[in-house]
Amino acid sequence: MSSAPDTVALVTTLAPRAKSRPVIVEILKNPLGAVCLVYVSLVVLVGIFAPLLAPMDPNTTDLSMTNAPPFTEGYLLGGDASGRDVLSRMIYGVRETLIGCVLVLGVSLILGVFAGLIAGYYRGNIERVTDFISDSIMTLPGIAFLIALYAAIGPNMPVAMMVFGVIIAPTFFRLVRAVVVTVRRELFVDAAKVVGLSDVRIVGRHVLWAVSGPVVIHSAGVLAAGIGIQAGLAFLGLGDPGVPSWGVILQEAFQDIYRNPAGVIFPAVVISVSILSFVLLGNIVRDVLQSAGSAHTLRPARRRALVRQAQESAATETTADEDVVLSIRGLRMGYPDGPDSVHEVLHGVDLDLHRGEIHGLVGESGSGKSQIAFSILGILPAEAVHLGGSIVTGGVDLLRDEVGLRSVRGRRIGYIPQEPMSNLDPSFTVGDQLVYGLRAARTMSKKAAQDRVRALLERVGIIDADRVMKLYPHEISGGMAQRVLICGAIASDPDIIVADEPTTALDVTVQAEVLELLRELSLERGLAMVLVTHNLGVVADLCKTVSVMKDGEIIERGSVEKILGAPDNPYTKELLTSSRSVELMEVAE
Amino acid sequence: MLLYIVKHLARAVGVFLTVTFITFVIMYGNGAGVARATLGMSASAKDVQVRMTELGLDRPLFIQYFDWLGSLLTGDLGKSYYTGQSVATALAVRVPVTMSLIIATIILTIIISVILGVAAAYYRGWVDRTVQVATGIGAAIPSFIVAVVLVLVFAVNNPIFPATGYVRPTESVSGWLVSITLPVISILVGTLGAAQIRGSVIDVLSRDFVRTLRARGISERAVVFRHVLRSASGPGIIAFGLLVVAMFGGTIFVEQVFALPGMGQLLNQSAQAGDVPMVMGCVLVTTIVVLVVNLIADLSNALLNPKARTR
Repeated sequence: MSSAPDTVALVTTLAPRAKSRPVIVEILKNPLGAVCLVYVSLVVLVGIFAPLLAPMDPNTTDLSMTNAPPFTEGYLLGGDASGRDVLSRMIYGVRETLIGCVLVLGVSLILGVFAGLIAGYYRGNIERVTDFISDSIMTLPGIAFLIALYAAIGPNMPVAMMVFGVIIAPTFFRLVRAVVVTVRRELFVDAAKVVGLSDVRIVGRHVLWAVSGPVVIHSAGVLAAGIGIQAGLAFLGLGDPGVPSWGVILQEAFQDIYRNPAGVIFPAVVISVSILSFVLLGNIVRDVLQSAGSAHTLRPARRRALVRQAQESAATETTADEDVVLSIRGLRMGYPDGPDSVHEVLHGVDLDLHRGEIHGLVGESGSGKSQIAFSILGILPAEAVHLGGSIVTGGVDLLRDEVGLRSVRGRRIGYIPQEPMSNLDPSFTVGDQLVYGLRAARTMSKKAAQDRVRALLERVGIIDADRVMKLYPHEISGGMAQRVLICGAIASDPDIIVADEPTTALDVTVQAEVLELLRELSLERGLAMVLVTHNLGVVADLCKTVSVMKDGEIIERGSVEKILGAPDNPYTKELLTSSRSVELMEVAE
Repeated sequence: MLLYIVKHLARAVGVFLTVTFITFVIMYGNGAGVARATLGMSASAKDVQVRMTELGLDRPLFIQYFDWLGSLLTGDLGKSYYTGQSVATALAVRVPVTMSLIIATIILTIIISVILGVAAAYYRGWVDRTVQVATGIGAAIPSFIVAVVLVLVFAVNNPIFPATGYVRPTESVSGWLVSITLPVISILVGTLGAAQIRGSVIDVLSRDFVRTLRARGISERAVVFRHVLRSASGPGIIAFGLLVVAMFGGTIFVEQVFALPGMGQLLNQSAQAGDVPMVMGCVLVTTIVVLVVNLIADLSNALLNPKARTR
């Protein structure tokens, strides 16, 4: 239980900055937030004014009131096993809870935030030492330690809670350090350093500001844990029996549970509700702070309506041309930019891919090239919304026929990704993932698949195929990884390859080799290829047909000679000019 | 890999020495207090002095600690100040009870956390929200509250399960299962790692290689359970190491509520009685188990994620 907040801290991420409106206003606008805040405020007030509010002394016993039911005259919540007024005891118990909470939060906040700021800002040995201390404390069995403490100091709630503050301080430490490290990397702190601000001022102005949000959120969790631990220790019998506290009340009621079963309900509910109030408040503050930076999500009903609309829009006629292996018609895709609205990123794209043709798709980043590539393969992010149009290959509409898509993907259509290193699964060897992928696409024995993968690896230019198959992705170079990925794309013997910037992440010399390989494979196997690239040199080298994209539309299409030689569209001309100047610069270097 | 093991082992030994030394200092720092506790408040200063010499409490703390550490290597953890029973013998009876609770909880928590975490990360939407809210509330409510409520509902109001008592699995497996059902649920509610699994699965799902695997025609089930879960298991396993610490906390409360004769109960009773050697023994066992679990977590992480090995 003690480490519940520890684990929360592990997943707590850096919250983006708050909007201009004060957080408190945002909390009160949320009905649940308002309830929690009112509840917490009431509890604090009850604790402060306990002597005025309690109907009687918490330790006065009246044996005639033993286990009196609730709503007995003068005993609103009834009497306990010793005939004391439960309500008065609970009201005085608030004080113990409050003192405990203040001590836990104070100690952990001061230690954790201070150490976190220093470790995150200065790094190096300081960080190593604080890290070791923090890790040691976190592996400490917290409750066991607090119980052991009782053997040394007896019932002493304030000291126990301060020690708990130390035990829980690493959660603040880790959180703050992570935030500081991130902030420190950001440019503005470097800039501040150049300007000559002292460390103290940098920490004070920039870092503390960035840290405050996550710290407030985490504080709510620590307060919740504090209430739980304080009540828990008292429940174990480690509290002072003379001082009424929620844990002692619950323990006494529990010991009497067979004679007065209802007695445990009230203290259990109050403890739970108090803890939950803090937890929920923390969540609400996090939601408020993060709402500015979070991605928009579409209401489920709205998404369903859009999908239905797109699915029902009749698939427009496709060319009857025997030579066309893939036909895109009126493709429209979008991403949510609010609960009800969708931002369209592809505005009705048409594209025919002919047998054996390498079709270049060029345009600057953000023009929608990759969106087309991902649409063909059905690997768009989950939040993407299909708004209309069709992608047909071999009589299957990939956007409407889920089963058909799965029968085509990886079998008839292969995919070569952009970034070689991040596109191999780091947990499996090269051979493992290629063989597994091949066997997912084609029914064959493991041995046959291994032989085929080995032969293909050699074909794509990997000399020591047997050894490479046993390596993990982080053990091979980028160029080799891209060859492995090409091998993965062609292993199942597809007719179509979708290549998304296949050479962008590679060294110039390796680029040329990979392009040559793609050309050879295309010729050798009659592969049709959609080649997404921003590099006109690659297009000139490889493609037969080129489509130029701008803002989600294809603005010009033609043979490579025409587009590169005598383009009609002013944007294409502009693209060519800027590309030439880049090439000239590269030559000059 | 060997270097990795040695490094982590050295770290664990460092933490072990630090934790046990700090506990030792707190326990034995006030030697006169310890001696007086065994004699009663009315004991004279002279009696206390005699008793301190008798128990070796008048020696410097460092010497006492190394003495304790030395006898530890021979398996001797001292004797109870009250019953004279050997601490090691007492622990040998108590620890299996606690471990049976913890192992049952670990198995269930892994199964449930993986199912809930993967479902939340994969489906998002209302599934995600429900899992997050439910596990968040579960983690926040202390295990003793859950235990008290379970006793009220399933033992007092509807006597389905026993409210107290422990049956050893060697006596009756079904009896054992019945006797630990409510205790394990009480601990489990607060130690679900679904949030950690969810977080790392979401993270891995957004990586490029997942897209490439899908494009290669691999089924969704294989993508999620063979590839994504494997990469996501690293952070998940480390988080489970921390959850085991939380489970130990849970057993102490749960043993109290259900009157289970485990180590948590022994620790609590010994602490209240001032039986310092017994308390020290319980802290020792807890620390060792927690460190071993974390070590296992680190090593399995290395086995599952080849990159971690080279770090």
